[in-house]
Amino acid sequence: MKNKLLLLLLILLAAICCYPVIFLLTGALMDSAELKERLGPVLAGSGGFVGWALLPQYPTMQNYVELLLDTPEFFVMFWNSVKLTAGVLAGQLLIGVPAAWGLARFEFPFRKPLYTLYIILMMMPFQVRMLSDYLVLDALKLLDSHPGIILPAVFSTFPVFIMYRFFRGIPEAIIESAKLDGAGSLHVFWFIGLPLGAGGIVSALVLNFLEYWNLIEQPLTFLKDKTLWPLSLFLPDVGLEKAGIAFVSSVVTLVPAVFVFLLGQDYLEQGIAASAVKE
Amino acid sequence: MRGIAAAKGRRTRRHLAGRQWEGLIFVLPSLTGVIAFILVPFLDVIRRSFTEVMSGKFAGLKNYRTIFSNSAFLQAAGNTVRFTVVCIPLLLMGSLAAAVLLQRQKRLGSFLKSMYLMPMAIPVASVVLLWKLLFAQGGMLNGVLSFFGAAPVDWMNSDCAFGVLVFSYIWKNLGYDVILWLAGLSGIPESIYEAARVDGAGEWRCFVSITIPNLLPSLYTIAVLSFLNSFKVFREAYLVAGDYPHKSIYMMQHLFNNWFRELSVDKMSAGAVVNAAVILMLVLLLQRAWEKE
Repeated sequence: MKNKLLLLLLILLAAICCYPVIFLLTGALMDSAELKERLGPVLAGSGGFVGWALLPQYPTMQNYVELLLDTPEFFVMFWNSVKLTAGVLAGQLLIGVPAAWGLARFEFPFRKPLYTLYIILMMMPFQVRMLSDYLVLDALKLLDSHPGIILPAVFSTFPVFIMYRFFRGIPEAIIESAKLDGAGSLHVFWFIGLPLGAGGIVSALVLNFLEYWNLIEQPLTFLKDKTLWPLSLFLPDVGLEKAGIAFVSSVVTLVPAVFVFLLGQDYLEQGIAASAVKE
Repeated sequence: MRGIAAAKGRRTRRHLAGRQWEGLIFVLPSLTGVIAFILVPFLDVIRRSFTEVMSGKFAGLKNYRTIFSNSAFLQAAGNTVRFTVVCIPLLLMGSLAAAVLLQRQKRLGSFLKSMYLMPMAIPVASVVLLWKLLFAQGGMLNGVLSFFGAAPVDWMNSDCAFGVLVFSYIWKNLGYDVILWLAGLSGIPESIYEAARVDGAGEWRCFVSITIPNLLPSLYTIAVLSFLNSFKVFREAYLVAGDYPHKSIYMMQHLFNNWFRELSVDKMSAGAVVNAAVILMLVLLLQRAWEKE
């Protein structure tokens, strides 16, 4: 009995976690009349409270069509988000993977303090880096441009930290035997490190996809030109008056993230768990 | 013979030492970027924090005195501290409880675990709509509460806004922390529990005397990562409430955004240095406490 009750509690918790997805999917299928009626208490202050249902009364694709036909700016922003996220992830792969390998598998002087520095930098919130980022971007004439958002993010030390944990876990014996067979450092990195550390690389990619798909502070600060904005800044602009559009664009923003989440779930869990292991 | 062996040993060691330097080559591109994009500009920020904006002359601690007598800074700092002190223990305890219960659910365990992670994938921008409808004066939460006869509350425009933010943070990070605790839990050998049970220890006793002490090493990392994630609630706060939210959720990032708009380089530089110093101290302090374990 007690166990059943606890299980029920856990299921209830899971329902709370997932409810927003159901809420958005339902709202996106409601026609404008139903939305207007349901949102009345918030929109017009017509008294009473917003009531919600699990299913729309008359499901319709009207909102999706409207978004498709009437809001070209949405597509621009969707594309901006794709560009920013892809740029950041590609750069982090190129720069971060070798760095994690170097820190994890070699004993050069100052390795330990360097790794500590990386961890400390990873902890710093945007407010600490805001002014220094601005100064650099201003000097490089990169303000108000996508490279200005991508470049500082490429040198984020968080992916290095995640991948480090995985590279560290590769048994030394495998690497030793390859070296005895005459493999150079680059060979070892390419043919042993990359395949055996692939799980860590994917984990870092999944974690950072979710992070950069959500990017808000940086574009808000450094992009004045609204045509360069990512999706995350589009939605607050819509407002509840256009509830249908707001719901559909929320769903469209959600889809890539949930897709990556479902595909990369095992890696996501591994990536999170890897950081909990004491060295 | 001995001489040859020693010479050989020295050679391989030197050979090895030469190879170890190659690690630096792998790190170099990243390190160059970190120095150029983060460290050097931050040194410049430190320099600016001690100079006057207009004249460029050395100003001593003047900028620091300015921010520490700035009521907005004190408000934001106070809120941030309050938020951290309330949220992190709540999240750590809640997620630990969920993890311990989840570990026993053999059948549904992994399914529930992924459900808990879902909020991590839901973009903040997509949640904002729900939050607005949930927490408005005529919103769904008040609707539910009115069933129980409670008077409606304007959640986002009263002190309750702080509670909403705490809820957002826990909702978003519960799954993340559950995974971290589960990783720690899986490292405790089942045999210890069995031995304790043979000696007649009950469930609660096992939890207090075995689970908790064995999880202490994980606590540092989990606390640090939860702290790291606590800065991100600004996103929810900003998207729901804009540039000037209710004063109980006015965070550091709001303040910096306002300073940025006014181009107050002096306040921003001093503020950034203070923030960085506090975080640095916290991380090092936690690390030392952790290494003593």
